[in-house]
Amino acid sequence: MTDIRNDFVGIKSPNPFWLASAPPTDKQYNVERAFKAGWGGVVWKTLGLDPHIVNVNGPRYGVVYGADRRLLGLNNIELITDRPLQTNLDEIKAVKRAWPDRAVVVSLMVPCDEESWNYILPLVEETGADGVELNFGCPHGMSERGMGSAVGQVPDYIEMVARWCKAATRMPVIVKLTPNITDIRYPARAAHKGGADAVSLINTVSSITSVNLDTMSPEPSIDGKGSHGGYCGPAVKPIALNMVAEIARDPETAGLPISGIGGITTWRDAAEFLALGAGNVQVCTAAMTYGFRVVTEMIEGLKGWMETKGYSSLADFQGRAVPNVTDWQYLNLNYVTKARIDQDACIKCGRCFAACEDTSHQAIAMKEGRVFEVIDEECVACNLCVNVCPVENCITMERLPVGSVDPRTGREVVEEHGDWTTHPNNPARVAAE
Amino acid sequence: MSQATTRPGIAAGRLDAATLASNFADLHPPYDAHEALVAADRCYFCHDAPCVTACPTSIDIPMFIRQIQAGQPEGAARTIFEANILGGMCARVCPTETLCEEACVREAAEGKPVEIGRLQRYATDTLMARPGHPFSRPEPTGKLVAVVGAGPAGLACAHRLALHGHDVTLYDARPKGGGLNEYGIAAYKAPNGFAQAELDWLMGIGGIRLRTGMALGREISLEKIAAEFDAVFLGIGLAGVNALSADGAALDGVGDAVEFIAGLRQAEDLTTVPVGRNVVVIGGGMTAIDAAVQSKLLGAETVTIAYRRGRDRMAASRYEQDLAASHGVAFRFNVQPVAVHGEGAAREIELAYTEEGRDGLVTTGETVRLPADEVHIAIGQKLDGAPEGLTLYHGKIAVDDEGRTAHPKVWAGGDCATGGDDLTVTAVAEGRDAAESIHRALSG
Ligand SMILES: Cc1cc2nc3c(=O)[nH]c(=O)nc-3n(C[C@H](O)[C@H](O)[C@H](O)COP(=O)(O)OP(=O)(O)OC[C@H]3O[C@@H](n4cnc5c(N)ncnc54)[C@H](O)[C@@H]3O)c2cc1C
Ligand SMILES: Cc1cc2nc3c(=O)[nH]c(=O)nc-3n(C[C@H](O)[C@H](O)[C@H](O)COP(=O)(O)O)c2cc1C
Ligand code: SF4
Repeated sequence: MTDIRNDFVGIKSPNPFWLASAPPTDKQYNVERAFKAGWGGVVWKTLGLDPHIVNVNGPRYGVVYGADRRLLGLNNIELITDRPLQTNLDEIKAVKRAWPDRAVVVSLMVPCDEESWNYILPLVEETGADGVELNFGCPHGMSERGMGSAVGQVPDYIEMVARWCKAATRMPVIVKLTPNITDIRYPARAAHKGGADAVSLINTVSSITSVNLDTMSPEPSIDGKGSHGGYCGPAVKPIALNMVAEIARDPETAGLPISGIGGITTWRDAAEFLALGAGNVQVCTAAMTYGFRVVTEMIEGLKGWMETKGYSSLADFQGRAVPNVTDWQYLNLNYVTKARIDQDACIKCGRCFAACEDTSHQAIAMKEGRVFEVIDEECVACNLCVNVCPVENCITMERLPVGSVDPRTGREVVEEHGDWTTHPNNPARVAAE
Repeated sequence: MSQATTRPGIAAGRLDAATLASNFADLHPPYDAHEALVAADRCYFCHDAPCVTACPTSIDIPMFIRQIQAGQPEGAARTIFEANILGGMCARVCPTETLCEEACVREAAEGKPVEIGRLQRYATDTLMARPGHPFSRPEPTGKLVAVVGAGPAGLACAHRLALHGHDVTLYDARPKGGGLNEYGIAAYKAPNGFAQAELDWLMGIGGIRLRTGMALGREISLEKIAAEFDAVFLGIGLAGVNALSADGAALDGVGDAVEFIAGLRQAEDLTTVPVGRNVVVIGGGMTAIDAAVQSKLLGAETVTIAYRRGRDRMAASRYEQDLAASHGVAFRFNVQPVAVHGEGAAREIELAYTEEGRDGLVTTGETVRLPADEVHIAIGQKLDGAPEGLTLYHGKIAVDDEGRTAHPKVWAGGDCATGGDDLTVTAVAEGRDAAESIHRALSG
């Protein structure tokens, strides 16, 4: 039996798919429909103190499209909840009572003083919620008021607030991190030091998605003006994966649970986050784009893949890719590959040729009859041809066998690992034994 | 309606006006903007793209499709028109399945090419819907060129000459310009008067004077215009038709397919166009397909294409054959007409079975009779009344690869000249290239 039940810092859910704090989780109606659709948990749309904030009354979202208006990136200028605190608390309580097996975590953002946190935490605890997530990530609007990413960008504040919260509540405290910083490990370490039970990341990336060239206003445009928003969706997944991996392999935060967020759209994205050390995942844009039903594909896809791999629980593969994330200097320079073009699969578009000839290493020959062949003497194995080829598996990277000679360098391919740390060109190399 | 369809002999109004209007509507409806973006996104922007090589006018196809992708259909149209000023008509009538789209790598990859023709139409329609003309003429050079024949070859030649600042007088024997664009192309390929609209738009560059009702060999002579003008281009097409040598070829109801189509194309009201109850078309090319399909669309009860060789030898592409079949046209292969029977008017056609013998086609002796109130002959056109003083080769005006004839001041291109397939796009390429050659000669 493949079991995908999840236990994240003691919060149990039937699967590792939570809805991230955002419009999908901003009221009882949505959350109950999400639970009916199968979501394992939610992080309630961020609560603040009354009087509640207001949102713009013009468009909140900007977008980046791929082919056929496929949404690749979404940008928003929405703030935290715009409903009274008590309304949210009442609904959270009702939902948790009706759905005891699902995770209900409440996202919070209040001014950076202990009194405010001490005020709100007991109110949340009273709802029966499973935990809180501190929103230190929102990059717009709230940050200008000294909250959100204004806190998240200062590790000392993160540590301080996490500590206040841990002292004020028995609930697990998750700190949500902003990616709008230079090194994600610092805020993660701060959260850890402050006693947080976990971190979640990423929040949105500060962005302007487009400019209207007629009105010269950034989009989304509010009466001719725009303001930077937060970017999310498939486009930010690589950024998020890297940040998750950085924290997962940082000795100072070893073992700190991570809730992975950012561009998760299918089961595969989720599996990648889990493999890179996340304990569960949170989803926003995919649900906002396609509706709650996408969770069915995520659940079934994850189970199906785990079955084929023989994994019976999430723990079987969680974090398994972390040891394979390393620094560039440790990559094996003796791993020599060459591009190989399968002539039967080739449809003769010539994209590999244009790419290699114009921007790489002039390592593809175009021969009579539009036959494209790799010139091993020139190929540096950069992978660009593989990446631009429209036919899957038509161009592959093949490793040169040990003992053969790389015609580009004239050097024999050796078995042993050899990396930059010992390379003769490295002035700071460590002497070979 | 069924009564009208089965009315014997040849009759007009077999179908009501609404049915006819829908039958003769656009064969491939235009893309809307979103469909165009989706279709454009399928283009791989190939290196040295095979589609460009396959296009007789060498339009930079990947570039114009990329311009559509990037939200610049007008820029895309300019790219098209720079190579092919009749890109609008070509987008509608080119047999793309044997040209650009056949060469598309996605045809090789998945049997589904990028729909280049329809994308080209999207781009050109967008630009042509705007007022004005996309190209402007430089200062006149003072050189005068006569272009005879206002079909695709003549129009492409005239436009390119005007673009170089030369003054063009464009003569045509018919009352309207456009050549087979106006009189020959199937009605459902270029509906809503597109041929004349395109001609007017093309003339928008200025410097071209169209003189209709002026036939070479009648109102004008080559000798005279060659003397009056600095250069002459002949794009007179193939005005003659091959005749049927069979008994009864003179009976009422037996006629030339091109003429039948011309009558249909010029009709103000399709309910007045007569068509037989049982129609037989003799031939195996595009004209045969067009005559057959349009007969069916006019309401003929049965339409049969009778071709003297096997299917594989047909000049019409498989796509065209399937188009005809999908309209209910029947095919008979390896049969040739021996006689048309009837009292004054055709009633039946007698076909003899054929086989490929050592010395060509021979009849087997077996025959078959099909009901036929109307017989369209589509066994090829030929050059009629080629002017004196030019060398002919296989019945066409002999030209070199720049379109130069044996006469130093005369160029020729399109169907009337040697080289290339008899297609609209080939005529455009030849007219354009001859104009460049003329321009070089006049500038030298
Ligand atoms: C029924 C039919 C359907 C076709 N369908 C297609 C199709 O779908 N797609 C495609 O690509 N091609 C098609 N073709 C072929 C295409 O129409 C021709 O290849 C193309 O029109 C040739 O252009 P042109 O300018 O050489 O000649 P034409 O288009 O024939 O133009 C010649 C012009 O010269 C004029 N002319 C002739 N003699 C004289 C004279 N003595 N003096 C003055 N003017 C003269 C004529 O009036 C005419 O306007 C079709 C042809 C036919 C007959
Ligand atoms: C393969 C590759 C190598 C790059 N190397 C450098 C580099 O050495 N120095 C640098 O400043 N930027 C480098 N860049 C970043 C580019 O200059 C550019 O800022 C980036 O690709 C964003 O622009 P684009 O996505 O619009 O192309 C590199 C980008 C790529 C794709
Ligand atoms: S791997 Fe890079 S260098 Fe080698 S053939 Fe491909 S594009 Fe060229």
